[in-house]
Amino acid sequence: MSTITGGVAESEVAPAKRPLARSSLWRLAARKLLKNKLALAGLFVVVFMFALCFIGPLFSPYTDNKIHMALMNKAPNLKHWLGTDALGRDVLTRVMQAGRISLTVGLASMVLSVFLGSLLGAIAGYYRGIADQVIMRIADLLMTIPSLPLLFILGALLSEWKVPTDYRMYIVMLMLSFVSWPGLARMVRGEVLSLREREFMQAATVLGLRDRRKLFKHLLPNLVPLLIVIASLNVGGAILSESVLSFFGLGVMPPTPTWGNMIDSANNLIDFQQRPWLWIPPGFSIFATVIAINIFGDGLRDVLDPKPKK
Amino acid sequence: MGTFITKRLLYTILILLAASLLIFSLYAWTPGDFITGNIKLTPERKAELREIYGLNKPLLERYGIWMKHALHGDFGYSMAQQKPVFTLFNQYIWNSFLLAAVSTFFTWLIAVIIGVVAAYRQYSWFDTLVMVVIFAAMSLPSFFIGLFLIKILAVDWKWLPPGGMLTTGSNATGMAYAEEVVRHMALPVIVMTLLGIGSLTRYIRGNMIDVMKQDYIRTARAKGLKERQVLFTHALRNALLPAITLVGFELPALFGGSLIIEKIFNWPGIGQLYMQSFGLRDYPLLMGFTVLIAILTVIGTMLSDILYRVADPRVRLQ
Amino acid sequence: MATADLLEIEGLSTYFDTEEGTVRAVDGVSLRVRPGETVCIVGESGCGKSITAMSIMGLVGTNGTAGRIAGGRIRYEDRDLLRLNKHELRTIRGHEIAMIFQEPMSSLNPVLPIGEQIMEPLIEHLKLSKKAARARAIELIAQVGIARPEQIAKAYPHELSGGMLQRIMIAIAISCGPKLLIADEPTTALDVTIQAQILDMLRQFKAESDMSILLITHDLGVVAEMADYVVVMYAGKVVEEGEVVELFERPKHPYTQGLLKSKPIMGQRQDELYSIPGQVPNPLELKPSCYFYERCEHAMDVCRRAEPTLKGVGEQGSVACWLYEEEAIVHG
Repeated sequence: MSTITGGVAESEVAPAKRPLARSSLWRLAARKLLKNKLALAGLFVVVFMFALCFIGPLFSPYTDNKIHMALMNKAPNLKHWLGTDALGRDVLTRVMQAGRISLTVGLASMVLSVFLGSLLGAIAGYYRGIADQVIMRIADLLMTIPSLPLLFILGALLSEWKVPTDYRMYIVMLMLSFVSWPGLARMVRGEVLSLREREFMQAATVLGLRDRRKLFKHLLPNLVPLLIVIASLNVGGAILSESVLSFFGLGVMPPTPTWGNMIDSANNLIDFQQRPWLWIPPGFSIFATVIAINIFGDGLRDVLDPKPKK
Repeated sequence: MGTFITKRLLYTILILLAASLLIFSLYAWTPGDFITGNIKLTPERKAELREIYGLNKPLLERYGIWMKHALHGDFGYSMAQQKPVFTLFNQYIWNSFLLAAVSTFFTWLIAVIIGVVAAYRQYSWFDTLVMVVIFAAMSLPSFFIGLFLIKILAVDWKWLPPGGMLTTGSNATGMAYAEEVVRHMALPVIVMTLLGIGSLTRYIRGNMIDVMKQDYIRTARAKGLKERQVLFTHALRNALLPAITLVGFELPALFGGSLIIEKIFNWPGIGQLYMQSFGLRDYPLLMGFTVLIAILTVIGTMLSDILYRVADPRVRLQ
Repeated sequence: MATADLLEIEGLSTYFDTEEGTVRAVDGVSLRVRPGETVCIVGESGCGKSITAMSIMGLVGTNGTAGRIAGGRIRYEDRDLLRLNKHELRTIRGHEIAMIFQEPMSSLNPVLPIGEQIMEPLIEHLKLSKKAARARAIELIAQVGIARPEQIAKAYPHELSGGMLQRIMIAIAISCGPKLLIADEPTTALDVTIQAQILDMLRQFKAESDMSILLITHDLGVVAEMADYVVVMYAGKVVEEGEVVELFERPKHPYTQGLLKSKPIMGQRQDELYSIPGQVPNPLELKPSCYFYERCEHAMDVCRRAEPTLKGVGEQGSVACWLYEEEAIVHG
């Protein structure tokens, strides 16, 4: 029985090892992804949220962020679909503008932490020895310190150093990558260690290929599926972390809006109890974006990971 | 096994030392402290207090003093609360533990049941629904879902109290006291269970799916056992075996409280204490808390390794 | 026919739906097993012999496989196994029909002690108490020739060798006194010396209890040693069947002939071992034809156009091959 099903599975996996067949592997992955309706729905929501946040404000008449005393704290109505805030600004426009920042921070810190994590993890796993020892001990050390207090301390340092609010978002990106690279490095290192032992890497060694060629032509392409999956799932985590930090006033600060610091208005008892339109829309935006990214990322994992589904 | 534990222990202690130095330095570098921030004090009094608390000494010396005391079980003296940090921890930690233990129990119970059923009916509509719910649970911003449920269940519908552990001014005792605590616990427990359930259900479902493909499951069926027995005696045992390692990782969460949830629900736990002290820059307490979590983390990791070796008969003998 | 059949399979079809199409793993297979008889199903891996066994046990579609039984009847005594509900099927499995598998190392649960795994069917089917089941389990371990049965009962599978584990599997299988034992390549994963012991043991239990054995193997040596009756399968179909002596001495189907030719014979050195040319056809690309024609040295035009059916030839046997249909026509 296993010969039949096993035979089919094998023919799908084998081409990964030859560069010639790689394009067909990607095409196969794309075809499989198109069949996964849940993942496609996730992708659709992600694209929608990006479009809403980056293109949406262009169609909004309320982007000037001016204070309109007459329009203070209006409940949702036809002109202002999600109402207005304490300064008379349109909440929907604010949510879209905040989304730009939140999505940018999430994406940028993902790129940075995946870059750091995979570079350090690959070096540790490939060269072993001292490099491995140093990198992994630092990673262990950082993973021992609870990340939320660590982020709080870093956030507090920022506040005391009087970093201009415009630049805070960049530093928040750095902070988020700083706490998330160790986990990524550990994962990538494990993968590299197992890849090293595989036949095609040993074949590359037997052929006498140079280190750099082995690393870039043979090892890294095989890491790409794992990295794509890690990256997609990491964006969601980064968006969540940013929102927590900003909610507690330690991340990106007003007047720069993010979904996290918009929910801060829930700390005001009257806003919390009587003006839910101020803080529920940004909360749902975070939720919708992160769940969509996670579902899409999981679909990617199924498609790209030749190992059986988990 | 003996050398394994000794080695692990040594490495653990080294990592802990390094971590505590790093944490100490970070807090020391954070500008501002409890004394500077206190406007009621005169400059002279401030200088005097600095002298008393040893804040004028160089960083490494201060760390050495802190470490010496810590090794004697003395985590310092909270400046804001004017009590030893250890006493404060002892006072708050059990509230945190109560909340965390109850929600951990529900998380595991629900995750195991749903994970097993979803794996058994893989690709059914139930399984798809479970997958969507799992992702939803994994994607919830914790503080937002807390606020949202308080707004709906406590403020609008008035089913449950919005926060705290007891009604303000309550002096209930005995059963009435217990009932009051349970009512106050309900919301934070729901939120914490919700937040934890996603990844655990997914993990158990994944393990079950792998295990259900194994030859010994086919043997169990070929023996004519009831499906319930196949699932729970044969499959679940094997699926839960790797999950034992997770028990160790739960340790910091069990005793370290939850910063966000305790803050949102105003629960008098150690996490809430930390959040308060953070605003006040009460460094001895912040330091003590962070090191406590670090200790729990490394002990938990070590415990996981040992538990796994004890639980798996295949590893046990080697 | 002297005695009523114990098991009679008629036109069994088991299909697997894959992304590329439907694989007809078992395609209209019929066979019968009489009480006390040993029937061997022979064929290369992937010919559907294991799936036939799994279909009898009602285990197709479990263990994460996507198979389904598309048609046919499996009559056991007076019941059609395919029409039984789950509960009725379960009371037969492990009780009246037991099965042992190819991989003893992975067929026992790694986290349960051996004794408990033997006790389970005793408690389930014979309704023994835990204590009685434990005593019986220890007896069974002794019965399959393992020393120190008390200690072994407490041991875990990884502490035993493959041969010992297969004995334990046999102990589990015979624990409830089955009328039919299905053995799916029971010796393939074992050392040659152990293989003989396991086969002897099966023969001994069969002799003692009048149980029937349906033995699935690719090893003609095992067939020669064990079988009363042989069924040869190729690409999901029965191509030939007959009494063991008749089949070994006068194989009809070119495939059977090839199989017998490719078996090395003791005392005869051949310069080159014979092997059947070509490969088993892709199960997704089968057209109505004799599935063996591409590899057959007697292939005729009709072979690639139409499918031969199983027809009685000689005393007892049957064969599905156009050569014999032609013969029938010629000799009228």
